[in-house]
Amino acid sequence: MDAALSEFSKWLAATSLSHTIQTVGWIIPALQTIHILSVAVVFSSAVLVDFRIWRLFERDVPLPQVTRRFLPTIWPVLLILLLTGSLLIIGEPRRSLLNATFYLKMALLVVAILLTAALQASIASSPAFWEKDQSRRTAGKVPANILAKILATASILVWCGILFAGRWIAYTQAG
Amino acid sequence: MSQFQDLIAYFEDSGLAESIRENDVLFPLIESAHVVAICLVVGSILVLDLRLLGLASIHRPVSRLTAAVLPVTWGAFAVAATSGFLLFISNATKYLENGYFVAKILLICAAGVNMIIFHGISAKDLPQWEKEPMPPLRARLAGVLSILLWIAVVACGRWIGFTMRELEQ
Repeated sequence: MDAALSEFSKWLAATSLSHTIQTVGWIIPALQTIHILSVAVVFSSAVLVDFRIWRLFERDVPLPQVTRRFLPTIWPVLLILLLTGSLLIIGEPRRSLLNATFYLKMALLVVAILLTAALQASIASSPAFWEKDQSRRTAGKVPANILAKILATASILVWCGILFAGRWIAYTQAG
Repeated sequence: MSQFQDLIAYFEDSGLAESIRENDVLFPLIESAHVVAICLVVGSILVLDLRLLGLASIHRPVSRLTAAVLPVTWGAFAVAATSGFLLFISNATKYLENGYFVAKILLICAAGVNMIIFHGISAKDLPQWEKEPMPPLRARLAGVLSILLWIAVVACGRWIGFTMRELEQ
């Protein structure tokens, strides 16, 4: 597997597109800047909805409304991240493709995407479940509230994990 | 100026700065926290800027959106400033010689001035227009300026990494 990836990286690094990205000095920092700005949009959108579930943000607005304002933004911006991320890999294939941290980041990304899509769909289809029991403390209603907060916390942690792993790629790259 | 240099030297020679400099994990760890915090600062400010431009959250009154978003922004800014300070003292002299670092600090100050001007002068008649989907021109200008300044802050931050190669990448 490693040998195949190494061969693929070598082939990728020899393409003219990779050569351009490697030799024109401003391209990589510019791509990284667009990448981080897009991460800022996706991360903040997800985290603001998670904060809303914790009632730390816009508690005077119904959750489905907050979700509709913030979560749909994530999907088109993920395409920008895919594009800039791919170009960064083409420019320096070994930096990511031969780096375990990169695969950790991608695995966390899959979890984050599934979690966010599930939140978006679930809040839209059954808002009562998510808004239930904010003031009353009926024993039977507590679990739903706790489940919502667990999912919101998981979402925050997974997105933070993606950002940490992203920065860590620079420190764990193959020589 | 020499007093400033003394102060810089004091921080740079401290045990804390030395630990960040020498330890393999500490620098990336603080840097990661810095990136997370900056993402939240930039993303949450963008929510307000897009509202001022009449492009998003247009059914929310500006003052209520601001009251909801700014605690998140300031909380994240506190983390970003603290982590940024720790990264800075690990190699203060070299950072101060780096044009992108100086530009980043100045741009953050400019973003702050833009915010103060908007709150102090432009937004005096806020109650009259804050429920309108499309705010007046001066509010839209403040929004555009804020977006451009924060994009430049992030760009400078990334360029610092490429001009201080031995430290970060």
